[in-house]
Order: sequence, then structure tokens, then C-alpha cells
Amino acid sequence: MKLAYWMYAGPAHIGTLRIASSFKNVHAIMHAPLGDDYFNVMRSMLERERDFTPVTASIVDRNVLARGSQEKVVDNIVRKDGEEQPDLIVLTPTCTSSILQEDLSNFVDRAQMDAKGDVMLADVNHYRFNELQAADRTLHQIVKFYLEKAQKKGQLPTGKTEKPSVNIIGISTLGFHNQHDCTELKRLMADLGIEVNEVIPESASVHNLKNLTQAWFNLVPYRELGLATARYLEEQFGTPYVDITPMGVVETARCIRQIQQIINSQGAEVDYEEFIKEQTLYVSQAAWFSRSIDCQNLTGKKAVVFGDNTHAAAMTKILAREMGIRVVLAGTYCKYDGEWFTEQVSEYCDEVLISDDNAQIGDAIARLEPSAIFGTQMERHVGKRLDIPCGVIASPIHIQNFPIGYKPFCGYEGTNQITDLIYNSFTLGMEDHLLEIFGGHDTKEVITKGISADSDLNWNKEAQTELNKVPGFVRGKVKRNTEKFARERGFSEITLEVMYAAKEAVGA
Amino acid sequence: MTALQEPTALQFECETGNYHTFCPISCVAWLYQKIEDSFFLVIGTKTCGYFLQNAMGVMIFAEPRYAMAELEEGDISAQLNDYEELKRLCLQIKRDRNPSVIVWIGTCTTEIIKMDLEGLAPKLESEIGIPIVTARANGLDYAFTQGEDTVLAAMAHKCPKTVKEEGEKEERNAIQKLLNFGRKTEDVSQEESEYADHPPLVLFGSLPDPVVTNLTLELKKQGVKISGWLPSKRYTELPVIDEGYYVSGVNPFLSRTATTLMRRRKCKLIGAPFPIGPDGTRAWIEKICSVFGIQPQGLEEREAKIWESLEDYIKLIRGKSVFFMGDNLLEVSLARFLIRCGMSCPEIGIPYMDKRYQKAELDFLEKTCQEMGVPLPKIVEKPDNYNQIQRIYELKPDLVITGMAHANPLEARGINTKWSVEFTFAQIHGFTNARDILELATRPLRRNNNLKELGWEKLVKEEAKV
Repeated sequence: MKLAYWMYAGPAHIGTLRIASSFKNVHAIMHAPLGDDYFNVMRSMLERERDFTPVTASIVDRNVLARGSQEKVVDNIVRKDGEEQPDLIVLTPTCTSSILQEDLSNFVDRAQMDAKGDVMLADVNHYRFNELQAADRTLHQIVKFYLEKAQKKGQLPTGKTEKPSVNIIGISTLGFHNQHDCTELKRLMADLGIEVNEVIPESASVHNLKNLTQAWFNLVPYRELGLATARYLEEQFGTPYVDITPMGVVETARCIRQIQQIINSQGAEVDYEEFIKEQTLYVSQAAWFSRSIDCQNLTGKKAVVFGDNTHAAAMTKILAREMGIRVVLAGTYCKYDGEWFTEQVSEYCDEVLISDDNAQIGDAIARLEPSAIFGTQMERHVGKRLDIPCGVIASPIHIQNFPIGYKPFCGYEGTNQITDLIYNSFTLGMEDHLLEIFGGHDTKEVITKGISADSDLNWNKEAQTELNKVPGFVRGKVKRNTEKFARERGFSEITLEVMYAAKEAVGA
Repeated sequence: MTALQEPTALQFECETGNYHTFCPISCVAWLYQKIEDSFFLVIGTKTCGYFLQNAMGVMIFAEPRYAMAELEEGDISAQLNDYEELKRLCLQIKRDRNPSVIVWIGTCTTEIIKMDLEGLAPKLESEIGIPIVTARANGLDYAFTQGEDTVLAAMAHKCPKTVKEEGEKEERNAIQKLLNFGRKTEDVSQEESEYADHPPLVLFGSLPDPVVTNLTLELKKQGVKISGWLPSKRYTELPVIDEGYYVSGVNPFLSRTATTLMRRRKCKLIGAPFPIGPDGTRAWIEKICSVFGIQPQGLEEREAKIWESLEDYIKLIRGKSVFFMGDNLLEVSLARFLIRCGMSCPEIGIPYMDKRYQKAELDFLEKTCQEMGVPLPKIVEKPDNYNQIQRIYELKPDLVITGMAHANPLEARGINTKWSVEFTFAQIHGFTNARDILELATRPLRRNNNLKELGWEKLVKEEAKV
């Protein structure tokens, strides 16, 4: 048993549901007790989804405990097949079904006999895998299922597309800025003259999965989701893949060069160097920003980075290599893939932390006292408590991390977004710091209902000094309250005594 | 009159139970805040933890007095000793937080692996010196607010039988003493005489403190004294409950607690409609008064006055229809209040219907429908959300009260929705809070009135399949 207040990666079934609900016309049926369909709330709220989330539960209740699910799961699958006519139904085990050890694959076989669509059991064990691993496995499983099916029926298209083309693998529901990244990656591919063959799983149809083999190569933008699929496609069909995340100027260039090499080896004759130069120097503002005076002021500032593998590694490299910021600690909660992370970031940071224990991360931040944190929502709250600004770069995330405006992290527009994010975090920190030193902004406080800032009240020297000691964010309020109090009682001068009396009167 | 065609009694139906609701462990979120010296330990898996951290949103960051005892593979296969593991965690909690009580919340997993929490608790309790209350608030048996019911039923066992020593009594009444501002006993006993002479009354149900104060004063006006409240602000202040005491519930989902109080603590239950809405509040007070043989004073005027003040909101919903998909067991009381406001209600979905505990409320609903001349609603227990959505498409209700899983998709299809969970967290009890219920219920209508001119009602491309 483990005492836990907070977790970074969710349970396995969430990963499976993220994949299933990303596809078009795929329905997931959870074998779960009442209340475990919380995924629907998250998708409906966080993504502001207009459609009903294609996830239902086959409820495990007392009767099921006593007699087994018997016909219930099969009936629910067949019923859903009739109601919504999905192409595929994914039966999703949960922690509960993991210990019940019912023969779910038998239910799937039986349901398949009556269902028109395909039925599949997600092969994920709750106690072995987390959300991210499960998502990776489920995507692989679905792709494999449909490619093998097409192969058996002899429907697998042969050969590659005429022009260089790519599958983008790993864009999914509830992924951090995934929708925007997807748009940006499609744009990038268009600029490079590469056709996008398929994007999976987001908005993909399972019928199109057989076309995956026609692409010249696969692009896996995120470390956590899609690698298993890309490896499978390489092994079975010889499709090479690029797994360099195009996040940050240097990494985007590296990713493009890798793409160039791969498609040239298949007979394309492309040279992207001009494009990279043009984009780096003139389109993306990030390279210019690194040279500018603003960024100079950030030199040697301390930062802590924490998140999933993809974002924490990319962010560490951007901060250290592209902006000259000192990353005192880089960390990930992807413990199962910690070696990769260490290898990626160790030359760019002082210390590497691989842990999913929030208290440990919080303590490290408190000890290191960085000027800014780049982490998840949880690090943002650690930052709030310690008064350190934080930019959110990875899941777990809240609704404000699903912006409506265009905010990719990948590609050249992504570099601009990241620059803003970093710079805004640090400026706020600096400004705050300066305010501490100089006792706040030298602006006129709004003290009456009107717009005029004239005050008929005098603050004597001691009271004024005392007021300046009040932290900036409440100072205006304290001043207003004190003056209101003084005005009501007819004091013309504000002394320390009046100040304290006012404070007591409002009970603050 | 169409009355002849209409059903004369409430219809009850039961569907498949494929509906969306919160897991009952969510009760820790409001109970840890209510019982200030408690610590809630949820013994379950990552799934439970993930639900809590996401459902409770920002509350998780305020150093909550709850945590997960996350079961690992070794716990499931009994490679680890449950007792030793729980002891280790509870000692850690004792060291870090020093609570007056640790509440263990049993989950689906502890049920399935048959972890004997009730058996382990007394042993561990005596070993570490902190009371341990065990509640099985799991999704196998219960829905959402019923979680509170399981916790309060378990706590009912822990309420002292009698006020034993003077010293304890003094401490128990510390708040009372504070309220008396150190007045002498004579003054206090004079104040006591403001109350009618009636047997002790203990109310059960967790409500925010302002609402507790409000309902207490409301009864005080009638000369009814509340001797205690289950739960109280602190675990150490749990009320005395002795044989023959009267008890009354303030929420419709507390049937287990009521049963426990009647059967195990030999209390007499006052079955009344619940004090939700001015009509419910008045009926609740009247019922309590009638049991004690008190003639209630000024209630009719008080109710009328509240209705008057609600008129601006009622105007918006009068003649409109409301559909409850059902997820928190407040549905019958809310429907009854909204029908009194002039709405009609074709369907009340509800996770679980205790016809005995809710009898007075159901009768009141029937009476309200007859008086308002609207058809009696169909009460659907364990609803099936898919079927309900088909019915919603057919009935086109003006307002659907539903969970967040369906709210956005319905809004995108031009159907007004109100998120049901808000009714559990808002203050809805008593005369004064009736406005808050209407504030919630009318919000979608007010918002959509504001946007009416834009013609943006249906925001999905294809028409949903029926």
C-alpha cells in the first residue's frame, strides 16, 4: 500500500479510453462499477466536446460479484452494436475486472458472433501499466488488428504513395495541446512537400488503418504514445519512423533533417536546409529572441523542469541550449521510461529526478529555489505556495490548458508559443522581485469610486512606511479600507493608530 | 378535466442501471471539510484516486485531510499483510496530521478481495489510539451521495449513549457555553424555557455550517430544540443518542443512517418531507411540530413571503418542463419544489428509491402535482441514460438536470441543461436558500435568453441518431 494524495499518470483504462474515443465511430465498453465512467466527464468538460463520449459501462454490481457477469457484458456489447453501429467496440478492463478475473476474451468472442462491428478486448493489466503505457499498447493493438485483418482478406494496398508521405502517429483525446500540434505538424509537412497519409488515432476511421502501409515513413511526435505502433509498422512492413519531437528550434531542425534522410533514401531528392534556415532565422521568432536583450537578462537564471518525457526533455533542451537558462533540475514521472529521459537531458541540467511522488518534487523545488518552474498543474500549485512562477508544459492539466486559441508546442509556431510561455513566466518573477525591493509600484491607487486619484486624506510618515510593508497584491485594498474607515469617522490624518483601528474594524 | 386520463398514483419504473453518476467515495470531499478533525483514508486503487483528484478539482491543492491508500499488486494477491500495511499508513497519518478520527472508506477493490476492514479497525484502533470508522462507500452498491449515508451510518454507532461525566459534558457543551457568553445558569435555564418541553431531537445529514445555524433557528422559533446534529463540526462533538430520542433526516439519501438510528440506537424517526424549497421547509417543520404536539406559529406567512420574493425567478420557469436524468437522490425533493414553482416534470430519474424513508416526500410530491394540476411524473429508478436521451429527444423538455457527461452534448443539440452536481454542493436547504435553488435552475434559461437572438442553438453538424 502506498499513501498517495496525487498522481501524475492515470489508471490504465484511461489510456485505452483515450485511444478508443479518439477514433471515429469506435465505442468503448468498460467492465466497471458505477461511477468509473468519470472519463466521460473529463472529456466533456476539458475538451468541451459537443458529442456524447462513446464510452459506456457494463456495470459490475453485487449480482455480478455473486454470479459473474454471465450474459451482461455480451448483451451490452450487442446492444451498443445495434444502437450506434460502431465499426469497433473495445471492451475495456478496469482495476475491478482485473481482480475478478472473468474470462473477458470469451465474452468478446461470443459477442462477436452477434455483433456486426468488430469487437476487441483491450489487452492492458491495471496493476502493470499506467495511462500512458496503456494508450500506447491499445493503439498498437488496434492497428495490428486491422492490418492483420486486411492482410487475411488480401485487402492490404501494396506499394507506397507516389509522392513522399507520412503517417502522424500519437495525436489523441485529452493529450496536452494535441489538436494544435496536429494542425502545426500538418502545416509543416505541407511546407516540406510531404503528403499526410493518415493521422491516428485522432478522428481516424478504423477502415483507413490498412492504408498506413502506403506511407513512406511514420512520424511519432510524442515519446509516450505511438512508438509501439511505429515499431510494429517498421518490423512488419519496413516503414521507417522518425521519433524526434519537433519541439524547440534545434529539435525541429533535427527532426526535419531526419525526415530528409529517410525520404531521400527512398528515392526522393529533397534538400530542406534552405527551408530550415529561412524558418529558423525569419519565421520563428525564437532564434532572434535568443539573441535579443530580453533573453540576455535570463542568462543563468535557475529553472526546474518536470513533466512527461516528451515535454520535460524538450523544455530542458530549449531552456539550456536555446536560451542559456540554467536548468537546476529536470524530472519526469514516466518512471518506466526513465533511462531514455536521463540520456536525453543529463548534459543539459544539474540534476535528474525520476519520480511520481509529488512531495519529493515539491521538496526539491523548495530546496533549489528556482526563479521559474516549468511543470504540470501540480507544480504550478507548488509554485503558488512558494511564490515561484510556473509555466504549465505537460499533463496532468486543467481546463485552462485546453485553450480555444491556436497554441501548438510543436513546429515553428510552437517555438514562438514556448518563447512567450518562458518569457512571461520569468518576467512575472522579476517584476515581483523588483516590487519587493522597491516597495511596490509608484502608481496612484484608486481610492474613491470616481476615476480621480486625489485623496483628501493625509498619511503620516510612519503609516505610509507601514503601508509599504504590506504585500503588493493587497496593498491597494488595505489603503482603501483604511481611508474608508478614516472618512467614516472623520479623521483627517492617517496615523499608525488609525491604520490598526481600521484593520481591527474590518477584522482582517 | 383531464384528470381522469392521468395516472392517479405515482408510477415507479426500474431500468438497466446504465447511468452516469459520481462514485460514492466523493463524499470525502465534503465530509472532511464538515468534520474538521477527521482524516479520510480511501483504501482503493489508482482509479479511485484519479476520480477524486479530478472530480474535486482545485480542492486537492488545499492540503486536504484525505488520502488514498493505494493498493498495489502485492496487496491484491495477499503477499502483503493488510493489517501491517494499514498500520504503517495510519501511523504516518497520525504523525503528520494527528486527527481525532480516521475514516476508512472501503472501495470496490476491498469488497472484491474481501479485506476485513470492520474486523481490522477495532484492533488497530486500540493499538494506535485513534478511533477508526469504517464505511463501505463503493460503486458496487451505492451511488454518489449515498457515500455520505454509509459514513453517517457508521458514525451513528460511535455516538455516545449518555452524557457520562460532568467534565465531558462541559467540554461537549463548550460551544453552547461560548454562545451563552458565560451567563449564569439561571439565565441559561430561562433561555431554555423558550423551548417547548419535548423529547430530545437529533438531526442527521451533513450541511454547511450556515445552513445548520439557519435550520436550528428556524426550529427554535417554533420552540423546538435540536440537541445534536449528526455529523457535528468535530468528531469529538458527536451528539449523544439514547433510546427513545427522536431523529429526523435533512436529506433524501440518508436511508441507511435512518435505519441504523432506528434499529441500532432505538430512536424514533420523524418521517417528513425534506427542507428543500419553502414548501418543503414548512412541511418539514410542521411535521416535527406535530410529532411534539406543538402548534406552529407564523409558518404560512413566512412561506408566502418567501414565494413572493422568488417571483422574478419563478416567472422564468412557470409553465416550462424539467427532466431529471437522476444521479444524486435529491431529485424527488427538487422536482416537487419545481412543480410547486409551476413547472411540469415528465420524468424523475433516481439512482435508488427508498419508498419508506422518502414516503412523506413522495406523498407531498403527489399532493403538489394535484394542487398544481400537472400530471404525476414517472419515477425511474436505476435509469438507463441511453434510453433517457431518446426520451429527451422526444419530449423536448425546457430543462434537463443532468451530470456533466451529458450536459455539453445536450447543449450542443439545443437542449438547456443544468449540472446536477451543483445542487449537492450549493446551499439549498431552508427558507432562505430557496432562492439559490432557483438561481441554479434558471441560470441556463437566463443565459440562453440573453443569447436568443443569435440563432446558435444547434451546434452539431449531423442530427443525432434517434
